[in-house]
Formats: sequence, C-alpha cells, structure tokens
Amino acid sequence: MAAHEYNPDEVRKRRIRGRRKKNFREWCIFTGYLTPSLLGVLLFFFGPMLIVLVQSFQRSATNTEFVGVDNYVNVWNNQAFRSAAKNTLIFAGLAVPLAVLLSLLLALLLSSKLPGKSAFRSIMLNPMMVPVASIVLIWQVMFSYNGAMNTYMGWFGIDKIDWMKSDWSRLVILILFLWKNLGYNMVLFISAISAVPQEQLESAKMDGAGAVRRFFSIKLPYLWPTIFFVGIMSLINSFKIFREVYLLTGDYPVDALYMLQNFMNNMFSHLDNAKLTAAAIIMCIAMIIIVGALFIAENRLGRDTEE
Amino acid sequence: MKKNEITPLQLRNESVHHEEGEHDHGSIRDIQEVEIVRLSDEEIERRNAKGRAEAKRRAKVHKITGRIWMVLGLILAIAVAIFALMPIVLTILDSFMSTDEIKTNYSAVYNSLSSAAAETKTYLSTTPKLKMIPDSVSFSQYKTLLFLSPTYLLKFWNSVALVVPIVLGQIIVGCLASYSFARYRRKRREVLFFSYVILMLMPFQVTLVPNYLIANKLGIYNTWWAIILPGIFSTFSIFLLSKYMRQIPSSYIEAAKLDGANEWNIFTRICLPMCKSAIYAMAILLFIDYWNMVEQPLILLEDAGKQPLSVFLSQINASEVGVAFAASFIFMVPPLLIFLYGEQYLVEGISRSGIK
Repeated sequence: MAAHEYNPDEVRKRRIRGRRKKNFREWCIFTGYLTPSLLGVLLFFFGPMLIVLVQSFQRSATNTEFVGVDNYVNVWNNQAFRSAAKNTLIFAGLAVPLAVLLSLLLALLLSSKLPGKSAFRSIMLNPMMVPVASIVLIWQVMFSYNGAMNTYMGWFGIDKIDWMKSDWSRLVILILFLWKNLGYNMVLFISAISAVPQEQLESAKMDGAGAVRRFFSIKLPYLWPTIFFVGIMSLINSFKIFREVYLLTGDYPVDALYMLQNFMNNMFSHLDNAKLTAAAIIMCIAMIIIVGALFIAENRLGRDTEE
Repeated sequence: MKKNEITPLQLRNESVHHEEGEHDHGSIRDIQEVEIVRLSDEEIERRNAKGRAEAKRRAKVHKITGRIWMVLGLILAIAVAIFALMPIVLTILDSFMSTDEIKTNYSAVYNSLSSAAAETKTYLSTTPKLKMIPDSVSFSQYKTLLFLSPTYLLKFWNSVALVVPIVLGQIIVGCLASYSFARYRRKRREVLFFSYVILMLMPFQVTLVPNYLIANKLGIYNTWWAIILPGIFSTFSIFLLSKYMRQIPSSYIEAAKLDGANEWNIFTRICLPMCKSAIYAMAILLFIDYWNMVEQPLILLEDAGKQPLSVFLSQINASEVGVAFAASFIFMVPPLLIFLYGEQYLVEGISRSGIK
C-alpha cells in the first residue's frame, strides 16, 4: 500500500477522487439514457401501482377509510374470482407443458435432415403474425354446434359435441393457443439445438449412442435454459388467452372459459375499485412467486449441468 | 469361431468390428489367455469378407430406417404445415365468395352461435360446408367494405394511428434504456433491471389497473393517449434489446473511445447499427402485439368510434357475416406483408433472445 513514501494518503485520495469522478460520469450517462424510460415507467406503472396498493386497503375510491385486508378477503372469497383463477390456472397447466413439448418436437424435426426445412419453418411461424381476430371466423365455422367439426364427426358416427358451450371449449381454445404460439417457441428451440456442440454429438454417435440417448444425455442439458425461457413466455401468453376467448365468444363466455381478465373486466365495468385493486395486487404477487420459482428452478438446474 | 484360433490379426479385426457397432464381447482378458495360432490366408480373407458383408448389410438397414424416419418426419411436418396454413388460406379464399354464398354456407353456423332462439328458424343449409373454392370469384365483400361502409376504413385508420406511435416510441425509449442497462452494469442497477423484467412479465390483468387509474388522473381516459403512452413506456423491448447489446464486444467500444468518440457517437454509430436486426425484430413483434390488442381498448376506450379494428372485427363477425371474411383478410394484410419482408430479422431476433 505504501508504494509512494512521500505522501501515501494524498495519492490514495487522488486515486479515489479520480475513480469517484469516473463513477459519477458513468452514473450521469446511465441515468441520462435511462431517464425517458424510467420517468414513463414510474408515471404509468410503478407509481400508479403504489396507488393501487394503497387503494386496495381502502373502502372504495371515494371513501378512503382504512379497512385492512377486508378487500383481499372479499376477493379471495368471491366465487367469480375463484372460478376465474381456477380456469386460468387449468388452462396454463394444460397449455404451457403442451406448448413446450410440441414445439420442442417440431424443432427437433426441423433440425434433422429434412428437405425443405426453411419453408416449413416459415409456414409454421406464419400463424404468429396473423391477428387472432382474423381467423376467429374459421374457428367458429369449425367448432360451432352446427359446425364443420361436428359434421365430419357425424360421418364416423360420433355424436355432436357442443364445443363452445361445454368443457370442450377449453380444448378449442387450447388448439387456437397452440396454433398461434408453436411457431415462435419452435424458432427458439431450433436456435438452441443448433448451438449444441456438434463434436459431442458426433463422438456419442461413434460410441453407439442412439438418437434417443443422444437427445437425453447431450442435447437436453444444453436445452434447459431455452426450455425455461419458452416455458415463461408460454405462461405469459397463456395469461393473455382472454383475447382469444373474447374474440370467439364475446363478453359472456361459457363457465369453463371465464378467465381472470373477464373477472377484471366485470370489475372495471362495475367500477368496483376495492375488488379491482385487491385482485390486481393478489395477481401481481402470484405472478412474482410463479416467475421467481421458475427462475430459481432454472438456476438450480443450470448449475447441475455446468458441473 | 473357436477362441484359441485368435491371432493378433484377428484382434485387429475385432476392433474394426467393434467400431462398426458390433458388440463382440471377446474382451482383452480372454484374448491374453489364449494360445497364439496362425491363421491361414484364406481363413483371414474369409473372415474379413464376412465382416465386410455384415457392415454393408448394416449400412443398408441403417439407410432404409433413416429413409423411413425421414418420410414419417416429412408427413408430420406437412400435416403441421397444413394445420398452420389452413385457417389463413380458408379466410383468404372465402373472402372472394359473394355475400350470398357466404350466407348460404355459413348462416347455420352463425345463427347457432348468436342465440338459442334461432334454432326454430329454417336455413338454406343446415350443415355448413367448409368450402375451399368459391363458386364464382366475387369482389362484392371488398366492394362493400372499402367503398360502401366508411366505418370499416375508419377503424382501420384507428388501428394504424394507435400502433405506429407505440412501436416507434417504444423502440426509441427502449433503445436508450437498454443501452444504459447493457453498458453500465452494477449490482444495484440490476435490481432495477429485474423489476423491469417483472413488469414485462405482468399480465394485463395486473397492469391495466394502474394504467386505468393514471389515465383517469391525467384526464386522458377514453382518448388514444391512454393506450399510446403506456404502450411507449412498456418494458418489453428493453429486455431483448439489452440482452442483444451486451453481446457487443467491449473492444469495439474501447477502440471507438480511443478514436475520440463520445458516448452519443458510440450509441448511434456502433451500438444501433450492430443491433439493427434486433431492432427490426422488436419492431415486428411490437407491431403484431399491438395490432392484435383487445384488452387495452376494451377498458381504456369507451367510445366505439375510437376502437381499433381488432375489437371491431368481433362485432362485424357476429353481425355481418357476409363481409366478415374480407374484413378479416384486410386486417391480416399489414402483418403478413411485414412478415414477408422481415422474416429473416424476426427469426434472428427471436433466436438470439433465447440464448443467454
């Protein structure tokens, strides 16, 4: 430390001052570039989120009496909220694993020696670009009670199913979800598969490992981060499924399709501020827990494969 | 094959066999114990030929199974491709049916959707025909939409006027912010970045409530600004762009600094050009996301006149089946054109977003 004997303190101070100056300059640049975004995010998201938090403890928008966790209890016990949460979770529980699995299979297929791979990729990515509102018509033609699907099934002697007005509607929405999201996930997986080191695959092949063995022992460990990423993206998209439900069935869907967004829309139209804010906070916390758990799981698994 | 006939030459043959995937378990231990006997040349030749024939047979089987798998894969891929394209193609083809033809084919479908009371009526056709080719190509749907009913074009314009500012604004704000996140990483700033990511992951069910509150407070509720402003400051683009910008080698930036470039020059001359494909990809993703929006206008816009086409289409679908297909098709044209033009950027952008 005492490199310069004449005045070590002075040198150290100057060095610290220099570093501080550089740090300050960096901080200024950082803040400068971030400011537009940060101001907007504070004004439109984080700031009002605080207001939401405060209001969730108040009687109503006009009556600011503090009521503790009453609103939360009300929302939690609300039958509509419960069934909306249940439906949303059931849908996510079906849609996310299927979306991950099927798109991984498609990506493996398109990563093998298949003629016309890039054409297939384009075609399968295409649905992602098509607005749901545009193809809803075809879905209605297919799945309404007098629709094409029932007609086709009639040829094989299968009874008509009232697709949109029974629990089958989950399946209809699921197919629409997969139609829309498989392409995007598949592209993610294709790029992850192409990043798997070829030498390892080659040498495993030399040692007589079959295709299945090679996938589980070599490819899969490299794919875990992408699987998680795709899982999180699919989860986010599965929470947006209200869009498809609304476009297919309008304001009043069958019970099985009553999603959290439907519940929120009802609260908006009733101007029920207390329930609205409490529900938003509950969902926010639930979301943080789910995503946090996924991140932690990913870190654990990621560490395993690195060793 | 008797074990005591094995020679060093045989040993070599064995290893050759082994590489071809034959699992011959005459292990080294056995071999060391045997007495060495010389094989005649014919015998060696005979055995080699046998091995070669075996290898050939295996290669053939391998080739055939490979081909079978490929055909199966191809069939699967074609099936998925048909599944992917079918709704789009059907919509386009049906948009060229005349209004009467649509009503003939599909009225049963739509009436059964709209109300139960309709079941007492009789239809021209009780079973709908999912028809590929229109009987006669007709532009009547387009004529009605584009020239006879101005509301449709108005909604189309609404969509454009909402989406374009959001995409441009979010790209500009997002580029600036992701540059600062990518270039100056500190622990405390990571917390901020993480909260941005969390915000990005929040579903509409959560974010629309604060948006609604602030729109009311600022007095922009029921105007386009209530959708455009939160859209511009949404953090979706920042996640992907800053991931991309972190991959720029710092040597580039150091070199530019030595040449006297200031921070703004580094940003505009190095960072932005190098992230061009990511920015295009982001713009495409944002465009399709907001072109498709339903949740925000439903809650933040009260006037039906201000609603974008995405919401309005669901009403057209129900009430005017005769023109709905053409309306749907026109609505999907802009994103499809963008896709045709920018597919490679999109694919590259998506691909890179998944890699850590």
